[in-house]
Amino acid sequence: MTDQSKIRNFCIIAHIDHGKSTLADRIIEKTGLLTQREMQAQILDNMDLERERGITIKSQAVRIVYKAKDGEEYIFNLIDTPGHVDFNYEVSRSLAACDGAILVVDAAQGIEAQTLANVYLALEHNLDVLPVINKIDLPSAEPDRVISEIEDVIGLEAEDAPRISAKTGLNIEDVLEQIVEKIPAPEGNPDAPLKALIFDSIYDSYKGVIVFCRLMDGCIRKGTEVKMMATGFSTEVVEVGYFGAGRFIPCDELSAGMVGYFTASIKNVSDTRVGDTVTEVTRPCAEALPGYKKVQPMVYCGLYPADGAKYGDLRDALEKLQLNDASLFYEPETSVALGFGFRCGFLGLLHLEIIQERLEREYNLDLVTTAPGVIYKVYKTNGEVIELTNPSNLPDPSEIEYMEEPMVNAEIMVTTEFIGAIMDLCQERRGQYIGMDYMEETRALLKYKLPLNEIIYDFFDALKSRSRGYASLDYDLCGYERSELVKLDILVNKEEVDALSFIVHAETAYERGRKMCEKLKEEIPRQLFEIPIQAAIGSKIIARETVKAMRKDVLAKCYGGDISRKKKLLEKQKEGKKRMRQVGNVEIPQKAFMSVLKLDEK
Amino acid sequence: MKNKGKKPLELYLHIPFCVKKCDYCDFLSGPSGTETRKAYTEALIREIQALPEHLDREVVSVFTGGGTPSLLDASDMERIMAALRDRFEFSENAEITIEANPGTLSSDKLEIYRAAGINRLSLGLQSADNRELQLLGRIHTYEEFLESYELARAAGFDNINIDLMSAIPEQTCEKWIHNLKTAAELKPEHISAYSLIVEDGTPFARRELKLPGEDEEYQMYEDTADILKRYGFEQYEISNYAKNGYECRHNIGYWKRTEYLGLGLGSASLVDEELWKCLCGEETSGSSEREGMDGTEYCSPEQREYRFCNTRNLQEYLESSRNPRIIRRDVAALSEREQQEEFMFLGLRMTKGISVQEFRGRFGKEIEEIYGKVLKKYEAMGFLEESGGFWRFTRKGIHVSNHILSDFLQD
Repeated sequence: MTDQSKIRNFCIIAHIDHGKSTLADRIIEKTGLLTQREMQAQILDNMDLERERGITIKSQAVRIVYKAKDGEEYIFNLIDTPGHVDFNYEVSRSLAACDGAILVVDAAQGIEAQTLANVYLALEHNLDVLPVINKIDLPSAEPDRVISEIEDVIGLEAEDAPRISAKTGLNIEDVLEQIVEKIPAPEGNPDAPLKALIFDSIYDSYKGVIVFCRLMDGCIRKGTEVKMMATGFSTEVVEVGYFGAGRFIPCDELSAGMVGYFTASIKNVSDTRVGDTVTEVTRPCAEALPGYKKVQPMVYCGLYPADGAKYGDLRDALEKLQLNDASLFYEPETSVALGFGFRCGFLGLLHLEIIQERLEREYNLDLVTTAPGVIYKVYKTNGEVIELTNPSNLPDPSEIEYMEEPMVNAEIMVTTEFIGAIMDLCQERRGQYIGMDYMEETRALLKYKLPLNEIIYDFFDALKSRSRGYASLDYDLCGYERSELVKLDILVNKEEVDALSFIVHAETAYERGRKMCEKLKEEIPRQLFEIPIQAAIGSKIIARETVKAMRKDVLAKCYGGDISRKKKLLEKQKEGKKRMRQVGNVEIPQKAFMSVLKLDEK
Repeated sequence: MKNKGKKPLELYLHIPFCVKKCDYCDFLSGPSGTETRKAYTEALIREIQALPEHLDREVVSVFTGGGTPSLLDASDMERIMAALRDRFEFSENAEITIEANPGTLSSDKLEIYRAAGINRLSLGLQSADNRELQLLGRIHTYEEFLESYELARAAGFDNINIDLMSAIPEQTCEKWIHNLKTAAELKPEHISAYSLIVEDGTPFARRELKLPGEDEEYQMYEDTADILKRYGFEQYEISNYAKNGYECRHNIGYWKRTEYLGLGLGSASLVDEELWKCLCGEETSGSSEREGMDGTEYCSPEQREYRFCNTRNLQEYLESSRNPRIIRRDVAALSEREQQEEFMFLGLRMTKGISVQEFRGRFGKEIEEIYGKVLKKYEAMGFLEESGGFWRFTRKGIHVSNHILSDFLQD
């Protein structure tokens, strides 16, 4: 059994681009787990998408062995955490699996919004925070200034923080030594009943669900009968092990303080929810670990295959993605314009985008996405209440008593110079000002109550652009409020295009309708006849644009024998038409369905 | 054995030389020295002589295009024609055209053309306005054109085409009508009226041009047919107008997918499987096999067709024209589906349209079976019509023909 005093469980937290993943790579490399040749930059972010976007979507973990200067061998469990507000819950579960956190701060940029947010999150989980100054090789590096900033702003001892360059590998040993010295060893009781935290899970087609867990107390081995305390699911463990880089290494037993995985022929990830506590069936622990909550999708949209024949492929792909992502929700739906597809629920807009990209990339699907929306509550005159996720299902206005929309409590961390701009933004998005706390002289925490549907579109982007990237957003759902909501319909050539309908606040309906029509006019190519584009609320037209008819498209000169050239032109044209959706007589490019998601782009 | 006559074949000769490349031109041509032209003539004759003898075909038309074919010495043209006659059997009334540009013709040259059997002349005018000619980068004035035209008539050419171009930068409808009338009043037998397409890679593509708008272009195209009709020209193809009986048979051959053999740099060919094998030297002649057949002249549905194209590299052509295996490129065997597609998108260029019966004869299927949905859709919208066993564009449809034609490519 591994001596707990030789284990260090930690994560790395940082503002985006401050070098979190690079430091992780360096630590793995320095501890000799991999040769340099085996290193692929950013080992922990192993989805292509993660590497490209430079973000971590799923939690990852790796176990490494470090021989410290004191001559002892230590086991490091490095747990990577997602960095986006959509995945906040996953972050907090990852942090809960650690005993300490390395805080990476860019020596040139100093403390940024996310640095603070992450530190507070880590402190909330009682983690010891070990600051590290990165990028000291940059000409603009000011490590001394940044160190005093850390001490002043966060109140964290930083005088002997390692000054490193994760890029060049400079002073990485200092970090490793300080991990041993400053991050506390776990203190679980191996003899107590099993108590383990699930911080992630993935689906493997051979082994079933692989559950990532941190053992707080007790131990787990092959044959242990385990029970998930929240879902009530119980099963018998088939294999336990720990994390090599990019692979799983089976072992005999995991005990208190250790981080590892187990498999148990579990077919469904939703049986092993992140945040749940694993215990023994025969000897359960007294109480579950705190903080479990069932993750609910907040944003819904329709996903349709561009090619109707690919419906089955899309279903299979969603099924597979859901195996790895219990927060993804989907159910079949039908659209007049788009045919058969799925209504899908996501944690947020980024989650939506990521799923969409993974479907397109990993499953080679061409998708059409409808405008994202939230769950509205519709109170009907007959007393019935409907939870509306698809605008097309909105009952006739005469049957509606009133509607409610979900609200969030948003906390926006912002440097004082941008307070005005961010307040304007919140005001535009129907925010109710709650208050403002000054964190220090130059930094404030703005509190607003905002309708969720106002922040799912592009609030995050707008926030970033109006604060030059400094503002950070955190939000929590805080119930429903009555609101003047209307359904905005779009008519193309006098036919309602259901996939373009959405729910909007009455006050902004006119503006949105106008913008939609303008945008669609740009996106719908001219066809053989004139196409009116109208925005309507009920039977009332509130905006109109017209796509003029194509008058002339003649390929005049066609050099006699060279037919293949002419054919190529026709093929190109045909290809273009293929990417369109037929609505009545009108061909609408798939792009048009998506363009309405980004109405506010200038 | 039935004596049905041989299968028709068209020949295209490419002469890739001009005095100066026009600013809109993206054809394979360019200025050259006398020696290159001589060398090219020799190479072209070698290519002709390397063809198998006794091809089981009857040449019904020859079109010499360019570039400016009239730039070649008349004696060279004479030798090329002789080489062709040596190798091929010509039908009695074969249509033999040469393209010519003003400034490159003389009475002597025209006499020699006549003597060599050339019976149709295609003259590039493009515009009757000297300012427009200059803007296009043409080498001649309207007056020089007129001189050439009169020389040709004097030499006995009784089948002359005039090329005109509409939608020239800064051109108004009035100016276009003026050009059109000026040309029509000369009483040529045929007028080709193309609208300018700015092609990538041409000087025009790099220039900022004040091109007429879509509505003006529409009007120009509409006026063209109306005005030429008054002068006795009937439109028979998207860009072609002719006096009765003077439709360019060679071009109609392209739209109807008659077999053609392209000779010279970059020329394209379309041949059936039998001729293809013959050209590849797999059989000296197709006749022995054909004797056993029941005399069916046209492709059976299963029969493949081949397209290929000669190299576009002049040096390579000059060195290897006698070796077809080296110079032939982009050989593509056309499936039945591709043949059907071409039948439609080429055939519909003709105002007469495509024959339902011919489709059946060629492919052994009803046109409705393959294209019923598309045809009906555009018929309902008033862009296509059917009568007398032919499908064709309506006047409204011809304006947007390109948009519609792509729907005849099958999924």
